[in-house]
Amino acid sequence: MTAAAGALLEVDDLHTHFQLKNKLVRAVNGVSFVVQRGEILGIAGESGAGKSVACLSVLRLVPSPGRIVRGRILLSGQDLLAKSEKQMRELRGQTVSMVFEDPLNSLDPAFTVGDLIGETLILHKSLGKREARHKAADLLRLVGIPDPARRLDNYPHELSGGMQQRVMIAIALSCDPALLIADNPTTALDVTIQIQILALVKQLREQLGMGVLWVTHDLGVVAKLCDRVVIMYAGEVMEQGDVYGVLKRPRHPYTHRLIDALPKLGRPEQRLVPIEGRPPDPAYLPTGCSFAPRCYKAKPECRERAVPLHATANGGAVRCLFPED
Amino acid sequence: MSVVNLPLKDGGDVRAHADAAAEQRMFRRPSEWRIFWESFSRDRLAVGAVVLIALVCAASVLAPVVSPYDPTVGDNSLRLAPIGTPGHVLGLDGQGRDILSRLVWGGRVSLAIALLPVAVASVISVFLGLVAGFFGGKVDMLIMRILDVFFAFPAVLLAVAIAGVLGPGMLNVMLSITIVLIPYISRVAYMATVTVKNELFVDQARVSGARPYQILFHHILPNTLSPVIVYGSTLVGIMIVLGAGLSFLGLGITPPRPDWGIMCADGRNFLSVAPHVSAVPGVMLILVAMSFNIVGDGLRDALDPKLRK
Repeated sequence: MTAAAGALLEVDDLHTHFQLKNKLVRAVNGVSFVVQRGEILGIAGESGAGKSVACLSVLRLVPSPGRIVRGRILLSGQDLLAKSEKQMRELRGQTVSMVFEDPLNSLDPAFTVGDLIGETLILHKSLGKREARHKAADLLRLVGIPDPARRLDNYPHELSGGMQQRVMIAIALSCDPALLIADNPTTALDVTIQIQILALVKQLREQLGMGVLWVTHDLGVVAKLCDRVVIMYAGEVMEQGDVYGVLKRPRHPYTHRLIDALPKLGRPEQRLVPIEGRPPDPAYLPTGCSFAPRCYKAKPECRERAVPLHATANGGAVRCLFPED
Repeated sequence: MSVVNLPLKDGGDVRAHADAAAEQRMFRRPSEWRIFWESFSRDRLAVGAVVLIALVCAASVLAPVVSPYDPTVGDNSLRLAPIGTPGHVLGLDGQGRDILSRLVWGGRVSLAIALLPVAVASVISVFLGLVAGFFGGKVDMLIMRILDVFFAFPAVLLAVAIAGVLGPGMLNVMLSITIVLIPYISRVAYMATVTVKNELFVDQARVSGARPYQILFHHILPNTLSPVIVYGSTLVGIMIVLGAGLSFLGLGITPPRPDWGIMCADGRNFLSVAPHVSAVPGVMLILVAMSFNIVGDGLRDALDPKLRK
């Protein structure tokens, strides 16, 4: 796939492997994607598909013994893999920030909300305590927390889950990042709050013009929020394209089955179809298409050699020898 | 682009709209100490324990002023006089020395023997535990295995051995108690560090671009400190007893200077005739040791924001 000029984030042929004692776990195996400025890109897939590791790779924070073995990560044209650890630290939280799945445990219980937001500001923007507090209140207002001046003195556990996630987003936004990486940020929230957070992220994207990389295993969230989507499976991109195209007319059998496994409103008579089997062990990936063992269309040639990513007519791409049309 | 200058839904700059009242409210948050005290003071028993400890400490510090008699000079005519003897509220010991005076002077030694080693050992242990827990690997192995060697000896035996080698004296007793304590407190600090290190909020700090030392001191240390403070305050009680035990064995300070352990030891020859000679310092030991334990429990509840009511 080709990178459009001036892309915000460009990940090209990324390989992140974990060398364990007796096996090599290939968590991310040649993943490429692009996030444009002001775009929300969704990364969807089952647990263990390598979505989170791909995100952490972008920040160069893959936990040991994980290592980025190969690939290129360009942020606004700058090669992140060539940067020093010090340069990466300056980037983290400032140019690229990240929001995790579990808001309560991501917030240090020993500090108040105001201190936690202020910390990043003091770190990156060298603000004074008082200024940081002012700005923290502004940020809380920005993410839609009522009465921000009072909330600043709350401890994280005193807030509801939705509020905590808003605080996390406020921290992530504190230095006006160009790219926001969100790793499953709405999974811990109930659906009504989830919708609110999605609306908030959309609104902030408009206001701040940042790019968003949104990792989720919920295709409903993808449909609601994202402009484009990347479907990952066993450390590889299976299909990508604009959300409407991918979800309405999935090309890859895997995407197809994912959508079939979703409950749909208004069609109660339809049975949900689970995908048989389980994802392959990333330490022992099959030769050929990694989805072939579970695929209803698999033919012998699927198992013979690695399947390349084909471009599709509508600007997307699919990794399948026999895509749906 | 700055978030502050964004036109928001309510229109206009946020800071310009913030009225004076909101401005004031913004900076009037109760201090950490106040929040802590409000939570701690709800535990009546703990407050009582603090008062008792404070009184004992004050009496010890002010021993030269409050002590009615010289603790080392006896009045042989009144040997073993019981509690309530006119002029000697708590009676007299086997050599006719005023028990109240000895209690007050002895408190100096007994409290110092417990408080100082716990404080010093805590500082050293937090450092060791943090370093071992945070950096892991070989550093972890080296520090924790050395401490395990000390762990292998029973605490009291180790204290006796060290004090025995160094010879009697207050400084040596304190030194031996400090050494005995370090492996225990280090374990607590280490465990807390390892737990906190793997918390998501440490990843969050990393993702925000924090440097390793900032993560260590800003996020891990504060979360490690409260279990150490709680454990330490509990240990003070036990160490008062251990210090008294060492004095009892003759490894503590040298007579005729009193400490509670020596006082208990002195009285054991007269247990059947004059039990108060041992009982008074014994009760004192129990009360103070218990108080430190109660304070430790109170601190645990008050220091954890999640347990605050």
